[in-house]
Amino acid sequence: MPSASRAESVPVLVAAGLACERGERRLFEDLDFELSAGEALLVVGGNGHGKTSLLRILSGLSLPAAGEVRWRGAPIRAVREDYGRALAWLGHADGIKADLTPLENLRFAAALRGRALDDAAAHRALDRVALARCAELPARVLSFGQRRRVALAALTLADARLWILDEPLAGLDAQGVDMVQALLDAHLAGGGLAVVTTHQRLALGACVPRTLRVGAC
Amino acid sequence: MLSFVYTIVRREIVLATRRRGDWLTAQFFFVIVASLFPLGIGAEPETLRAIGPGVVWVAALLAALLSLDRLFADDHRDGALEQLMLAPYPHALLAFGKALAHWIVSGLPLIVIAPVLGLQFDLPPAALLALVASLALGTPVLSLLGSIGAALTLGLRGGGVLLALLILPFYVPVLIFGTGAIGGVLAGTGAEANLSLLGALLALTLLLAPWACAQALNVSLE
Repeated sequence: MPSASRAESVPVLVAAGLACERGERRLFEDLDFELSAGEALLVVGGNGHGKTSLLRILSGLSLPAAGEVRWRGAPIRAVREDYGRALAWLGHADGIKADLTPLENLRFAAALRGRALDDAAAHRALDRVALARCAELPARVLSFGQRRRVALAALTLADARLWILDEPLAGLDAQGVDMVQALLDAHLAGGGLAVVTTHQRLALGACVPRTLRVGAC
Repeated sequence: MLSFVYTIVRREIVLATRRRGDWLTAQFFFVIVASLFPLGIGAEPETLRAIGPGVVWVAALLAALLSLDRLFADDHRDGALEQLMLAPYPHALLAFGKALAHWIVSGLPLIVIAPVLGLQFDLPPAALLALVASLALGTPVLSLLGSIGAALTLGLRGGGVLLALLILPFYVPVLIFGTGAIGGVLAGTGAEANLSLLGALLALTLLLAPWACAQALNVSLE
């Protein structure tokens, strides 16, 4: 089944002629893609080929050496705050504060996006990532995979149109991998967009993710 | 906008209360450094009065510096800084909130303790008042200027030492006007002139430092 909202197939996220340099080395150049509502982009490539660099450029954390990223037709630098509201980012480091409990982490994450979060919704989100029992423990005592799950719970609460996920499956057990796939499915079915890097196989239900290979240029 | 700054400040204060050890280190450092001088120099009231303002102010500078290198470093390490930078608000607000939180956590306690330390140097009540006033105007400048340095040295090896070398020269005007205010009271010429200059410095850094810090953060995260 093609993505549900064919009517709205105007590209929402556009990358035009992106190039990235690290030091003297050019990681990739002339990289183009367009992503419409309900579509996912799977970024693949070997270690050090620039997957994370591409994701940082797409999120606006780094500047490309050439080209630009457009969100709804406008360069993301020009609409940074709107883009920030539409974007949820999960990087290598998950941004979970070890001194706060998962519940506090979710509350602050929501508040920093300018959203109020009631306790019921926070508990539901933690329940969804199977962390209901750890809600009041300091995140320091959680395992890497569990902290990753807290970050995923924050992702589901962000109410963001675009998910940019760097290795979302790293450190997760088999059940966690299924969970991420289910979350992505629901996100895409709701008209969301996702850009994901992973070394593992990602089995999405309705939507076949497009694949973009970076590096070795 | 304001709620974003409020959230940042509240977050920093909650994190500081969870790591009370780190927070207390800077405060104890301030007390101990300022207390060592009367012990080392001897109980000559004339001498103590002469060095008192300078010693308390230098101790305050160093105490502020001690907690500055972790202003962004902790959030950088665990990825929280990326989330903060991607939040849908201007980066300057983030920088301002961080500096404000740093001042509340590490500057305000100094202002409260300082009069007690001033007593060790036999400072008269009027001079103690000038000390508190100068610290109240000067420590926010330390936090604001320091936030620029902390952002510039983010992620560098040996960032702590580099931060001290980078930022201490910029603390010199604050030190001069701060001690000058207390010296003015002791000499009978009054503290107003120096306090006005400190106030001007505070207004200037309030205006420029958050913006400069935001630019530095962008460069450091690149």
